[in-house]
Amino acid sequence: MQAFTKHEGLVVPMDRSDIDTDQLVPKQFLKRVERSGFGKFLFFDWRYLNDDYAENPEFELNRPEYRDATILLARRNFGCGSSREHAPWAIADYGFRVILASSYADIFYNNSFKNGYLPVKLSEEQIEDLFEREARFRPYKLTVDLVNRRVTDEHGLDLTFEIDDFRRDCLLNGWDDVGLTLRYEDKILAYEKAHGIV
Amino acid sequence: MNSDSAAHAPKTMYDKIWDSHLVYQAPGDDSVILYIDQLLCHEVTSPQAFEGLRLAGRKPRHPDRVMAVQDHDVPTTDRDKPIADPIARKQVETLRANCKEFGIRLYDLNDVEQGVIHVVAPEQGHVKPGSTLTCGDSHTATHGAFGLIAMGTGTSEVEHVLATQTLRQKKMKTMRITINGQLGDGVTAKDLILYVINKLTTAGGAGYAVEFAGEAIRSLTMEGRMTVCNMAIEMGARVGMIAPDETTFEYLKGRPQMLQGDEFDQAVEEWKKLASDQDAVFDKEIVFDAADIQPRVTWGTNPAQSVNVTDVVPEPESFDNIEERKMAKAALEYMDLKAGTPITEIKLDWVFLGSCTNGRIEDFRAAAKVLKGYKVCDGVRAIAVPGSGIVKRQAESEGLDKIFTDAGFEWREPGCSMCLAMNPDRLQPGERCAGTSNRNFEGRMGKGGRTHLVSPAMAAAAAVMGHFVDVRNWKYN
Repeated sequence: MQAFTKHEGLVVPMDRSDIDTDQLVPKQFLKRVERSGFGKFLFFDWRYLNDDYAENPEFELNRPEYRDATILLARRNFGCGSSREHAPWAIADYGFRVILASSYADIFYNNSFKNGYLPVKLSEEQIEDLFEREARFRPYKLTVDLVNRRVTDEHGLDLTFEIDDFRRDCLLNGWDDVGLTLRYEDKILAYEKAHGIV
Repeated sequence: MNSDSAAHAPKTMYDKIWDSHLVYQAPGDDSVILYIDQLLCHEVTSPQAFEGLRLAGRKPRHPDRVMAVQDHDVPTTDRDKPIADPIARKQVETLRANCKEFGIRLYDLNDVEQGVIHVVAPEQGHVKPGSTLTCGDSHTATHGAFGLIAMGTGTSEVEHVLATQTLRQKKMKTMRITINGQLGDGVTAKDLILYVINKLTTAGGAGYAVEFAGEAIRSLTMEGRMTVCNMAIEMGARVGMIAPDETTFEYLKGRPQMLQGDEFDQAVEEWKKLASDQDAVFDKEIVFDAADIQPRVTWGTNPAQSVNVTDVVPEPESFDNIEERKMAKAALEYMDLKAGTPITEIKLDWVFLGSCTNGRIEDFRAAAKVLKGYKVCDGVRAIAVPGSGIVKRQAESEGLDKIFTDAGFEWREPGCSMCLAMNPDRLQPGERCAGTSNRNFEGRMGKGGRTHLVSPAMAAAAAVMGHFVDVRNWKYN
């Protein structure tokens, strides 16, 4: 997994709550057996006018000023619905490194940490402030620092965010979860022995 | 706290199961390694997990603790022919090849046991009270109805469970939702859970393991309990659970993969100890009265946006919160509905009966009871998709298929079908469907399609009338 320490990038605002994983990647793209190449399907139904990938000019990601955005700003309950990891694969493959929202669906949040980008939780007031700042300072850049758990801009913003230590360590180091758990294989074996699992 | 007092402290059911599956917690670490007893796999969220194993030179740790079924992609007609969609066919074949390579039990496409994974797994006896179970599918909470920790994961965690038989987990907070009293006639488990989701909102259960309790829950059949736990995720809860009781044991007894004979009887004695202790403290307690619950219909684009069938489509301005107002306005636009329209005046193009929420035998009995002696309204296309081959066979042995086909329903082969429309069963843009499934998201049943979630009886009545009606006033033949 790609490690994440600090990222400076352009913010694209998506002023919605409850963005579900069916919107992030619609069902017709879940039939693939690969893990790569999902970026072009991200937000398919909102992003394109038809199946030939003709862009919807109204959609945020298609607007010229947001073409190079790497930080996605949204509202609450981001990633609700289906557990499909195709959604995080699409977010990472599109090139997003950070999502900022006031809350996330549990499964999506968990899946994000396997894919090298950082979902940051901020309060509803902080998110509202970021939407206002984006409108005021466009093109708006943020710096997200996982080492120090800080979000800053060039206009005096300085926020701290919470994240649990284990997830932070994995992301900072780009660790592979399975390998990490297998370091404790003796504990797994001991559990299995105690429970008669062979 | 010393270990003695910890052992005697009252515990919730979630705590008991969690504690008995704890493999290791590093000092100072807030996440633990939790043992996972059973993994369920389907074709959509598993191929990259198996590929990950191969790339790392690993094998499943306990292939006997994994079962698999093809359900999401599969067509519900013409099963004797190869799958027409080459990409879906490849995915179905990939699961078959992976199961063969790694020695995993697959209920294959044309086996009689095949069906929707959350219908098949309990039906075949893969689901045990007091255990832990995961699947790369958000509706895995279904199995909590038997008194276990069952949760959905992404594909990386499917691979993690395959390789290690464990998951890294942080303990969830606990919530108990108690429904006192009895549901009225014509009010079902589906109406109950749609009501609860409406009250808690789509994120009200996020971060919690939710235990459903109370007289109304105890009175439900296992099918009804599975419907309730299935939709826990629609209020954001990864885990929904119900304490096991005689209803649970009766359902499980004799299932092919279940413990048998004395072993089963001994297990039952252990399972009786799983219920939350009387003095157990939950992080959150919510109480509802079953008498307040009526048949529900969703009007919007998330499962929390529902009202009673006797109500009207709500005015976005009626919501307290600006975010909710905004979401309601967008939903009405997508759904092409006007605020103030009576729910019973919403006309339908489709009716879909099935899914992991309502694709079990009881659901088809309820719908058939309504349909008996009636015809589907002109202009409505209606499909009945059994949750498994076993459900289908049972329904046919009771003559239910005849009631459906006589009424004008199409009687299909088992699969997820229109619930997520990965197979050919899907809406065209602008079409409107009454579905017994679990999600009314934009485009869920097909791009531009509009979904209203209801109970099986409500869906059947709507199929006959061509619009929603209050099934409590239905004239049964």
